[in-house]
Amino acid sequence: MTEGNDVNSGRSTGGLAALIGICPLLAASTTFASGLALGVASLVVLCSSNVLVSAVAPWIAPRVRLAAFLLLIAALVTAVDLLFAAGWFELYGQVGLFVPLIVTNCLILARAESFAAHHGVWRSLLDGLGTGLGFTALLGGLGALRELLAPGLLVAALPAGAFFLLAALVAFRQLWLRQRGAA
Amino acid sequence: MSGTSPERPLIRHTAGGARNLAVLGVMALLAAVLIGGTWHYTQDRIADNAARRTLAELSTVLPASLYDNEPQKDVILLDTGSGQPLPVFRARRNGNPVAAVVTVIAPDGYVGPIRLLVGITASGKVLGVQVTRHTETAGVGAAIAAAPSTWRETFVGRSLDDPPEPRWTVRADGGEFDAIAGATVSSRATVGAVRNAMQYFRAHRDEIFARPASLPKEP
Repeated sequence: MTEGNDVNSGRSTGGLAALIGICPLLAASTTFASGLALGVASLVVLCSSNVLVSAVAPWIAPRVRLAAFLLLIAALVTAVDLLFAAGWFELYGQVGLFVPLIVTNCLILARAESFAAHHGVWRSLLDGLGTGLGFTALLGGLGALRELLAPGLLVAALPAGAFFLLAALVAFRQLWLRQRGAA
Repeated sequence: MSGTSPERPLIRHTAGGARNLAVLGVMALLAAVLIGGTWHYTQDRIADNAARRTLAELSTVLPASLYDNEPQKDVILLDTGSGQPLPVFRARRNGNPVAAVVTVIAPDGYVGPIRLLVGITASGKVLGVQVTRHTETAGVGAAIAAAPSTWRETFVGRSLDDPPEPRWTVRADGGEFDAIAGATVSSRATVGAVRNAMQYFRAHRDEIFARPASLPKEP
């Protein structure tokens, strides 16, 4: 990641800027509710993994860093999965399949490796919050967009529709960045 | 990590290895405590939620006015020999059997197996039929699972005497039941599975109600 030492405020969301962690976007963003639910689950995992990783990183040698971080992230995802099933059961029926897959979301490992491992607990929490909120907004927004378009435009409800809409969002972002740069 | 030089040798002395092992061990312990603690705290809620979902499914084939027990918990598991135990839910009123909901799988759907719930009164009449899992073709065979379904309502009130057993199949096979247009295979499989459930219930009625309950494991 290029953000370097800056706390990710969510303005440069990993999902749109780096196209990181988009796997769950495609499967679980068919409605606003399921997109939001998976986004919030990812947000919670991101924040807690960033905090834990930043807390333990000083004791962990680089050689075992990846294994240790993955272990932590997997444990956190399992815990979030259980909490989700207990507290948000109706939604869990729809997106529950994708919650364990958060482990494989590169966005979380990317923030752990590139940010939390070199920064303090407080700044890592802020970074997790910013990244997570950006990711949640993207998932929820894409879900809302697909839910609105699906009745008239069948492709929006299909996985391919998620690719098209994501591409459109990336294109609009580029356009906006370029126009702002030109002004 | 900041502060470590990139030229650091690839293999370090064994003391580092032992230390890494200890660190990973502590992390694994931390992970185990985290998961165990969360599981301990959430397991009751998750089991409750699952029971509520089961009850919601049962309510489509079992009118709540019939019973005063908790059929979603009054369950026995039938070993069908296929390695997949099928739950039978028992409804009682004042301790007396009034109805049972039999889970049955039709292996001969057009695409794949069809899983059904069949509510049966103690006297052997169909209370309702619900499709809980299937992979039939959308727009064709999937019509067997439509909700609400006037087609599945044609089962309600039937018994193995009405129609007589040989006629418990679709009209194309000389039976009493209409098949859904264009979905004869799915319909035939469904009618056959309901008939199987009825026959099983008739043959094992007393045993079904007498067996002690065993809570099903949630998938």
